[in-house]
Amino acid sequence: MSKQNGALANLTKGILKENPVLVLVLGTCPTLATSTSVVNSIGMGIAATIVLICSNAIISLLRKVIPDSVRIPCYIVVIAGFVSVVQMLVQAFVPDLYDALGVYLPLIVVNCIILGRAEMFASKNGVFASILDGVGMGLGFTLALLLMATVREVFGAGTFAGITIPVISEFTIPILTQAPGGFFVFGLMMALVIKITHGKTRAAKKDDLGCAGCVNAEACARIRKEEAEA
Amino acid sequence: MRHIIFIIMAAVFVNNYVLQQFLGICPFLGVSKKLDQASGMSIAVIFVMVLATAVTWPIQKFLLDPNNMGYLQTVVFILVIAALVQLVEIILKRYIPSLHKALGIYLPLITTNCAVLGVTILNITEGYGFGESIANAFGSGLGFFLAMVLFSGVRSRMENCKPTKSFEGLPITLVAASITAMSFFGFTGVVETLLG
Repeated sequence: MSKQNGALANLTKGILKENPVLVLVLGTCPTLATSTSVVNSIGMGIAATIVLICSNAIISLLRKVIPDSVRIPCYIVVIAGFVSVVQMLVQAFVPDLYDALGVYLPLIVVNCIILGRAEMFASKNGVFASILDGVGMGLGFTLALLLMATVREVFGAGTFAGITIPVISEFTIPILTQAPGGFFVFGLMMALVIKITHGKTRAAKKDDLGCAGCVNAEACARIRKEEAEA
Repeated sequence: MRHIIFIIMAAVFVNNYVLQQFLGICPFLGVSKKLDQASGMSIAVIFVMVLATAVTWPIQKFLLDPNNMGYLQTVVFILVIAALVQLVEIILKRYIPSLHKALGIYLPLITTNCAVLGVTILNITEGYGFGESIANAFGSGLGFFLAMVLFSGVRSRMENCKPTKSFEGLPITLVAASITAMSFFGFTGVVETLLG
């Protein structure tokens, strides 16, 4: 594969083939919580993407300096720093969004997508590739959020980004904007992706979360092992 | 006392962290297959939530607020929680090996559990005092426990069913979670009427 192809693949794989939300099943909490309206989902997507790109770049630059045994705390510090920056920017320039996202904005720190990409990609690849990976994954995250938010807002509230849709708004399903609707739409979306990709994605093969990309993979594997022994 | 009970009940039933506020979904989907794992994980979460609140609340009130460093909240809290979890693991291993054996494997999972960071931040934004914060943390942990235990029951029943191919695995689990979340709507208003 030529170098350019590789760079393009880094960028595009996050959108469908390795979509962080629908295929790798990372970052489920913010996905479910902020996909109630289109505006919130775009705001969350952009905030997470900025943090992802910056942290991927810095972690990739520091990958030879950070000792292996304390890498997770180091990643968390880098990520938490950028989250604080984004938090302050949003609070200063888009206060409405700051109120709407609430606790989920600081919680980007523990979003498994960002930690997972640091662990899986940025710690092993160069800066340029890591930035592209961050852009691709961020885009995939934003698109998945937007898709879910569109379904939930259009059918749940009868609006799109706050604009009322004529016919649908008379037959809304309000529960879609509430908690159960979030789980339900997420399940449907995931089934749809499996159907489209003919079950070739990871989520379909294993009855599992996106373990390879998760920093907790080791701990989970231990739990499974104990379960198998018992 | 009535106020404290109200906070706990509200955190368990009305604002359930997992099913209503979407915090801690990863362990909810990942470790809820077997009842003993689900309860082990949840007890570890209750433990860490209360401990993390007991440590982060004074840090916010006596260290960050007086020095005008509220903006460092996110960084400080996540580091404190990460260090705390490590410390607890070491202490348990050394002094209470039996408890370490029961909870030890779940502790590393908890560092990056958004429910723990979430409860510490929400306690500050809600403006709770120390006692109220501890009550809220305990109630939230208890709510997590309830959701995990209920859902592990649902999942063990689901093992015997075979859905359409596209829905196998996680999709059908999420749909089941949706119905479990719906059942919690029944509690809306109950706590307010009883104790409010």
